[in-house]
Amino acid sequence: MKHIISALVENKPGVLAHVAGMFAARAFNIDSLVVGRTEDPALSRMTIVVVGDDRVVEQVRKQLAKIVPVVKVQDFVGQPVVARDLMLISISAPAEKRPEIISLIETFKGKVVDIGQKFVMVEISGPEAKIEGFIEMCRPYGIKSVARTGTIAMPRQSKVSGE
Amino acid sequence: MPKKRSSAKSAGKSITKTGAQIIVDTLIEQGVETMFGYPGGVVLPLFDKLYDAPIRFIVPRHEQGGCHMADGFARATGKVGVIVVTSGPGACNLVTGLATAMMDSVPIVALTGQVRTELIGNDAFQEADTTGITRPVTKYNSIVKDVKELARAIREAFHIASTGRPGPVLIDIPVDIQVAKCSDDDGTELKLPGYKIMRGGHARQISSAAAAINASERPVLYVGGGVISANASEELRALAEKAHIPVTMTLLGLGSYDQSKAESLDMLGMHGTAYANYAVQECDLLIAVGARFDDRVTGKVKTFAPHAKIVHIDIDPASISKNVHVDIPVVGDAKHILGELAKEVEYGERKAWFSRIAGWKKKHPLGYDRNSSVIKPQYVIEQVCEQTGGEAIITTGVGQNQMWAAQFYRFHRARQLISSGGLGTMGYGLPAAIGAQVGRPDATVIDIDGDHSFNMTLTELRTAVEYELPIKVCILNNGYMGMVRQWQELFYNKRYSKTYLANPEYAEVAEALGAAGIMVEKKADVPKAIRKMLAEKKPCVVDFRVEREENVWPMVPAGASISEMDGLDILESMA
Ligand SMILES: Cc1ncc(C[n+]2csc(CCOP(=O)(O)OP(=O)(O)O)c2C)c(N)n1
Ligand SMILES: [Mg+2]
Repeated sequence: MKHIISALVENKPGVLAHVAGMFAARAFNIDSLVVGRTEDPALSRMTIVVVGDDRVVEQVRKQLAKIVPVVKVQDFVGQPVVARDLMLISISAPAEKRPEIISLIETFKGKVVDIGQKFVMVEISGPEAKIEGFIEMCRPYGIKSVARTGTIAMPRQSKVSGE
Repeated sequence: MPKKRSSAKSAGKSITKTGAQIIVDTLIEQGVETMFGYPGGVVLPLFDKLYDAPIRFIVPRHEQGGCHMADGFARATGKVGVIVVTSGPGACNLVTGLATAMMDSVPIVALTGQVRTELIGNDAFQEADTTGITRPVTKYNSIVKDVKELARAIREAFHIASTGRPGPVLIDIPVDIQVAKCSDDDGTELKLPGYKIMRGGHARQISSAAAAINASERPVLYVGGGVISANASEELRALAEKAHIPVTMTLLGLGSYDQSKAESLDMLGMHGTAYANYAVQECDLLIAVGARFDDRVTGKVKTFAPHAKIVHIDIDPASISKNVHVDIPVVGDAKHILGELAKEVEYGERKAWFSRIAGWKKKHPLGYDRNSSVIKPQYVIEQVCEQTGGEAIITTGVGQNQMWAAQFYRFHRARQLISSGGLGTMGYGLPAAIGAQVGRPDATVIDIDGDHSFNMTLTELRTAVEYELPIKVCILNNGYMGMVRQWQELFYNKRYSKTYLANPEYAEVAEALGAAGIMVEKKADVPKAIRKMLAEKKPCVVDFRVEREENVWPMVPAGASISEMDGLDILESMA
């Protein structure tokens, strides 16, 4: 099962290496790991997606919490969360296919951010499934390259979903 | 956990000091009276300040030895062991020692010199990525890049090393930071927002554990090194007595419960006693305290303590339910929790249970062929135990010698057995003995060692001579890497591949290094040699030429349940 783990860490050199090293040393699999600053310059947030049974993920959570510069660890499993991925994707787009591609992009609420003779680059964000879906839809046209951030997430405060 | 310290003299705003002076002052403020270390280029400023500092300083012959000394010192005294070395090769030589301390949760503060800040990353002379290399073998490490942060970094290191589940902490200090001047340091406040220790232990969990004990017909206490680091032996004794529960110990737990007591089941696990292993497999309640369900203890995990409800008391939440599912976890300080638990438990007669245990003890005692004309290694240890009244501090090598020391010396007190359990570091015994003797000058400190373990760090014998530390070394000299040979005998058709190496005359080596040396070939000479060794004022090495192909029994083969022990028939035939 997939778990989204959010770790608030001290913004210090070596923390990322410590976290990544712990995952490697304990043979835990990381699906994705995103690090970014927070509103507090002293703290960063790592969002880590791991796959494993409950015992494994429980260990991941505890081992993370044990790392001295890791301030707080949350596992969002079982909670309503907003989880988002951001992707840049460059699709081969010869003139004759362009209208099709543009309408696909619109359907997925993507944004064309660069365009050339033979390609378009699209920025698209959303839940992972949407991103994966978009990639699948683009495959027939030819994908030149993909860059993805990996998942970031936050628990929902309200009970209503805006999606 | 920010914490104010009133004793911090170096926090004065007006005094200007160099980084090196700040290091020395902070060490003294932290109560350091003794430390270990080896000099080098980028720690010259620090060593210059140490030249006339009021700190006893022991220089080993190799940094690994120094780190094991700091470790032995820490285990023998309960204080933090301190080691300082240079960058690059000095720091790299610490790795085995740090890993040894990490696995066994030993508090060490290691200070390493580093090349000048502006050279870092340039493959400078004697540069190594010390924090990178040591990150997996330390509880925490960091590099100081601003002299203002130096004092705080060292205070944090001591705090982290010695609290919670203890462990080694390394601080890397570039040479320019040691010479930099500083008049207003960062203050005394620790800045560790991510470091939390759960001392208390949840009251409801403690009550559930007590209820489980009161309801149990066949309980067993399974205790590890955590009881010793928590200084909780007294609370353990009180609980075991009040509730009437038998106690088995891990290798690192030995000494936490007096083995002369009837409730002691001695050591469990791969080379544990049959009665401990049977009791664990048959118990209905297993109360683990400061132990971590290591594979050398559990054997096949799936069938470990199959009928038992499991209570696990540990300061490290990550230890709980890591290897074995725990029914009642209690996170916190063992001393506090055992004390609270004792208040809520009632005495249970448990007649049937104790009589079954007595039956196993009677049927399966530890033993060896006492009639043999050759020196049996177990006999040497029994003699050492007898002549020291079971009161010596024992360090060990790794292998058969270590297991026999654990089986045949009878420990009464915490901090009496000092052995590399988790990492199993050959070469640990001699330097650990030196560190222990430094910390406990009045104690009799004996390294019960294997010949090949001793070979690895024997250069430190000169350190013992240098500092007039009257440690004793009993080499159980079987010529072999005995434990590996035993596996080759049992599982590889006696093909003794690369496990025999011809040894030097250890008595002569000892004499050449300035220690006393004795060689014993005849069984009849063993008691006399030990007497002589104990009377010796110098460090003394006794080379016991023991049975070459003796095996450690019982033995739980790899992948078996701990009740499936080999060698019980052999033990029975010798009884
Ligand atoms: C540094 C290190 N290298 C290798 C090993 C693997 N090993 C475990 S026991 C052992 C043999 C130990 O021989 P000795 O010290 O003579 O002890 P004995 O078993 O003969 O008592 C070896 C090689 C180890 N534990 N540590
Ligand atoms: Mg040997």
